[in-house]
Amino acid sequence: MSSLTRADSATPAESAHPLAQRRPLGDRAFAILALTAGLLVLVILVLIAISTSQQASSWFSAEDLSIFSRDWDPATNSFGALPFIYGTAVTAVIAVSISVPISLGIALLLNEVVPQRWARPIVYVVDLLAVVPSVVWGLWGILVFAPWIQHIYSSIASGVNGIWVLGFLFGGQNISGASFFTTGIILAFMVTPIITSLAREVVATTPSIDKQGAYALGATRWEMIRGVVWPHSQGGIVGAVLLGLGRAMGETIAAALVIGSSPTITSHLFSPGYNLPAVIANQFGESTGVWRSALMGTGVLLFVFTIIVNVIARGVVERSARRARGA
Amino acid sequence: MAVTSHAQAEPPKVDLREPPSWRRTKNQIVTALMVFAFLLAIIPLGFVIVTVIAKGASVINWSFLTSEIPVNTSPANFGGMGPAIVGTLEITALATAIAVPLGVLGAIYINEYGGKGILARIVRFMSDVMSGVPSIIMGLFIFTLWTLHFQYSGLGGALALACLMLPIVIRSSEEMLKLVPDSLRQGSSALGATKARVTTTVVLPAAAGGIVSGALLAVARAAGETAPLLFTIGTVTAVNKNVFSGANTALPLQIFSNASSPFTGAQARGWGAALTLIVIAFVFMIAARLVTARFARYSH
Repeated sequence: MSSLTRADSATPAESAHPLAQRRPLGDRAFAILALTAGLLVLVILVLIAISTSQQASSWFSAEDLSIFSRDWDPATNSFGALPFIYGTAVTAVIAVSISVPISLGIALLLNEVVPQRWARPIVYVVDLLAVVPSVVWGLWGILVFAPWIQHIYSSIASGVNGIWVLGFLFGGQNISGASFFTTGIILAFMVTPIITSLAREVVATTPSIDKQGAYALGATRWEMIRGVVWPHSQGGIVGAVLLGLGRAMGETIAAALVIGSSPTITSHLFSPGYNLPAVIANQFGESTGVWRSALMGTGVLLFVFTIIVNVIARGVVERSARRARGA
Repeated sequence: MAVTSHAQAEPPKVDLREPPSWRRTKNQIVTALMVFAFLLAIIPLGFVIVTVIAKGASVINWSFLTSEIPVNTSPANFGGMGPAIVGTLEITALATAIAVPLGVLGAIYINEYGGKGILARIVRFMSDVMSGVPSIIMGLFIFTLWTLHFQYSGLGGALALACLMLPIVIRSSEEMLKLVPDSLRQGSSALGATKARVTTTVVLPAAAGGIVSGALLAVARAAGETAPLLFTIGTVTAVNKNVFSGANTALPLQIFSNASSPFTGAQARGWGAALTLIVIAFVFMIAARLVTARFARYSH
């Protein structure tokens, strides 16, 4: 409430005049209404944490840290979340590694290369990627993309088997179109518009006087980008990448369809796997008892992970935005 | 003609362009890579849209849009998605009715009342963080809080979608309120209006265009969401016109279940539903652009 009164004292209506002392009831009611709506965000976040953890309590209280074991089999009542945590990390990292170069390329293209009147249609087209719903990406991914790319996976795998790092990542026997890597590719398409628009905002804050200075010294466009735009935007771009990572970790339905639904931990990226959101989406409906509690628990884990990533990302973005304004 | 041009002494040609060098080549390579990045992004988009239109258009007709949902084994030209279309429209409408007023009020708090105070900064930061919470978490949340006590209903799905839309509406409305010039507020305060009156009759109308377009984008996003509805609305095969009670269904849910079905008829209906859903989301996005172009009084 202290912030409320402080803000009001700044308005001209609130003078020392005795008639202005009492604000009309409706005015105060509106202020309280607005404050309640604002606080709703905090209330919902706290309620999410409390209610889901409560439902998951019987899983979290399991002994000897079995929640982090690598076995997940509802038939034998073993519920270890490690395969899902691993899968979430792997798919999100693949998605971001594919998406970041593409997004940065588009952001630089929009800000430094094409004229303004071309930039608008390009932005519309990239934003269309975000309009395609997650489930449609999943439908296309499992019925069209996965069967097509399976042949490519097979030929790559037979080529690299035995070569140590490549064979380790892209080899293996259990090659499938629905796999970690397919999920990573589909998630990359889905996070590209977000990373692009954030990176574009960051790149656009580069002072044009610095850029013109670089050009005046005879720099080519690429040298200007490396010497002026990149040092200026580094921090903000790291934030954008982290936000994309958070989004990729939480994307549910597309992953649930194309990840292959196999709770295994393997280094072979072309093999089927599982991740946190996908296992909740696929198994929650049929689950009961401890199984349901374990799925709630994986939800809590996912919530905590994404909150951590998002808080760090927003912190980084805000700090670099403040620095950009101050510079 | 030829005579005159020969008569004038030809000026010596000076090439002002930079001579070809590794630096110039490198610049051209990088520019080509940027264009390539853009192509990499639009090629899958083109593939998805062409596939959805090609496979979806062949099953969509009036009876597809209105018929009840058949069992998965039935052939492609049998039944339709009527209940899912009705469900999507009513659940999204209800979610909008919940989230938009609350979101706009929240934005009013942040921008008009909270100012630079610590609480307003926390609320702003947390709505940014909340917009990154996965949609499936919203589904689990409403499941434990609502569905466990009141059974499946369209209302449960709408609550989950509203949780998803709230932070988006707050942040986009706040951006729009920020653009309203302070002189408007000061002018109407000087005429003796209370703060509530200034906000509702001067500031909000001035920002209305932007707020509506932001809300429409949030609706477009919510209409395509599957995960929040997965555990909250159940499933039905006949139209349920009552959004407040009884199980319901929605297009994204039907696409999800049909995508994992081995039957070609079910898959064909899935493509039809996907095309319908994209068209619905697209209509909202176009509407948002039109509103922005037509009514936005203050813009970046």
